[in-house]
Amino acid sequence: MDLYQELILEHSKRPHHAGLREPFDSQVEHVNPTCGDEVTLRVRLEGEGDTATIRDVSYDALGCSISTASTSVLTDEVIGRTVPEALRVYAAMRTMLTSRGADSGDEDVIGDGVAFAGVSKYTGRIKCAMLGWSALTDALARAGVDITAIPDQTGREAGPTPEPASTSRETS
Amino acid sequence: MAAVTTTTRPTRSGSAEGATALTAPEVARLRADFPILTRTVRGGRPLVYLDSGATSHKPVRVLDAERAFYEQHNAAVHRGAHLLAEEATDAFEGARETVARFIGAPAGEVVFTKNATESLNLVAYAFSNAGAPGAMTGVDPEVAERFVLRPGDEIVVTEMEHHANLVPWQELARRTGATLRWLGLTDEGQLDLSDLHTVVNERTKLLAFTHVSNVLGTVNPVTTLVERAREVGALTVLDACQSVPHLPVDVAGLGVNFLAFSGHKMLGPMGIGVLWGRAELLAAMPPFLTGGSMIEVVRMEGSTYAAPPQRFEAGVPMAAQAVGLAAACDYLTALDMSRLAAHDHELTAALLAGLADRPWVTVVGPTDADDRLGAVSFVVKDVHPHDVGQVLDDSGVAVRVGHHCAWPLHRRFGLSSTTRASFAPYTTLDEVDALLAALDRVPEVFEVSI
Repeated sequence: MDLYQELILEHSKRPHHAGLREPFDSQVEHVNPTCGDEVTLRVRLEGEGDTATIRDVSYDALGCSISTASTSVLTDEVIGRTVPEALRVYAAMRTMLTSRGADSGDEDVIGDGVAFAGVSKYTGRIKCAMLGWSALTDALARAGVDITAIPDQTGREAGPTPEPASTSRETS
Repeated sequence: MAAVTTTTRPTRSGSAEGATALTAPEVARLRADFPILTRTVRGGRPLVYLDSGATSHKPVRVLDAERAFYEQHNAAVHRGAHLLAEEATDAFEGARETVARFIGAPAGEVVFTKNATESLNLVAYAFSNAGAPGAMTGVDPEVAERFVLRPGDEIVVTEMEHHANLVPWQELARRTGATLRWLGLTDEGQLDLSDLHTVVNERTKLLAFTHVSNVLGTVNPVTTLVERAREVGALTVLDACQSVPHLPVDVAGLGVNFLAFSGHKMLGPMGIGVLWGRAELLAAMPPFLTGGSMIEVVRMEGSTYAAPPQRFEAGVPMAAQAVGLAAACDYLTALDMSRLAAHDHELTAALLAGLADRPWVTVVGPTDADDRLGAVSFVVKDVHPHDVGQVLDDSGVAVRVGHHCAWPLHRRFGLSSTTRASFAPYTTLDEVDALLAALDRVPEVFEVSI
């Protein structure tokens, strides 16, 4: 099955950066109401404005291999990046995942995220792969980041995900 | 307070006992009535559809009935001074008679709704609206009192309910100040009736429960629950979505006050459901949805309402779907519901036996096929149900994954979700084998040691 790339299975069995850590600037809980999967995710930022850097993303997740692996890869790709860079990765992931197989992803932008290209052909699984990413953008917003200016791959400004991939609840 | 009475053991159905299951050639013949079963899915594989508990497929006879209505009789029913309107009305009311006969009810006690969810909400809002000033004017005070909920009154449900038979009652409790209580479950997936006499008590005004669990397949002891409800004067609502497609259901024999089911799970069209209710109760109930069709006299100052069932059918009704549902009832009757129950039992037993041979699979719900019907839900060791479903889909096997709109039930068993296979008359033993063979790929794909 092209969906379950070795990298996905590997991350789902041994997720990177798992567990909730301190300190953090914001914490969110997102659930996928159709299957009951959930993730609690924290972000720690350093600095201000466009130069703010994501110091840590920690999480506690309950979910399928796609959602677990996607959140794991997310942490690899965004920890240590500036907020604008991380939002570009998010936008590229979202574009790929919603492309119905047309966009195989740019490894230079999303790194190991390209392993999830196959997910876009299974519309029922897009929410699984987006769960952690939606939680991340929500957590960034709650940490004071303006996420309304998330670029899409063409460089245009796009709003937040038109159809929320999950429902959220702020926690402290 | 009466001593705890012995509970009757649930059976699949009194009238289904002893019926012979469909033979393989019979199932093969009836499959030819379902065009969708000939299509292929991913990789050109034949479709193995084991998701009929979510929605069933429709035989040509049902599709033809809907089409014939639109092609030959289409008109808004109960309106119009023309021939087509008369024919459409006759078709709609004729469909009501057929559906009523299918469940052993008088036609006047059958209300057509959008689906079972609307049927249950219709009852919930009757309770809610009964408390409004003037809503029960002219109703026998004793009957009216049964519908009025106040703080201190109690509504009882069970922990195995589909959200459609839980959330409306939660909301009703919130609106009226009544308290929601529930019967728990045993580890085996049966209702825990050890505290039936305390949970259902003199304060209980309403007991709502499912006939057959959409997750566990458990067949509930309707008689025991109805007897207790009667002792305390509570009204009973039965969610029959998973029983009417699989069992001979006779409303008089069940003894409940209300019964709800959907058309699309019983080979009928989407967009139509049924609420059956006892005539004297429907007659006392205030309307839920209001507007055209359901009125008696309308003046600017206020309106009076039609007698049931029209009182609960506001707007132009879904006549084509009613005709389609009646065709589904005729189709099921011709197959013989008792034999379909036996067929279902055979499929359930085969799947349970196959899963028992696989120690890395855990079934939720009763392990004895005699105690269940229609659906088998399970979890695979160390693999998330969504991933199980994806591998099955890759083999052409369609199942449902998730909490199946029964989240509290899953929580009760410490699960977030399960994989569910569910049956219909067209399901074959070969399809059960196909599911088991596809399931054997799962540990391999996810490198799980078994």
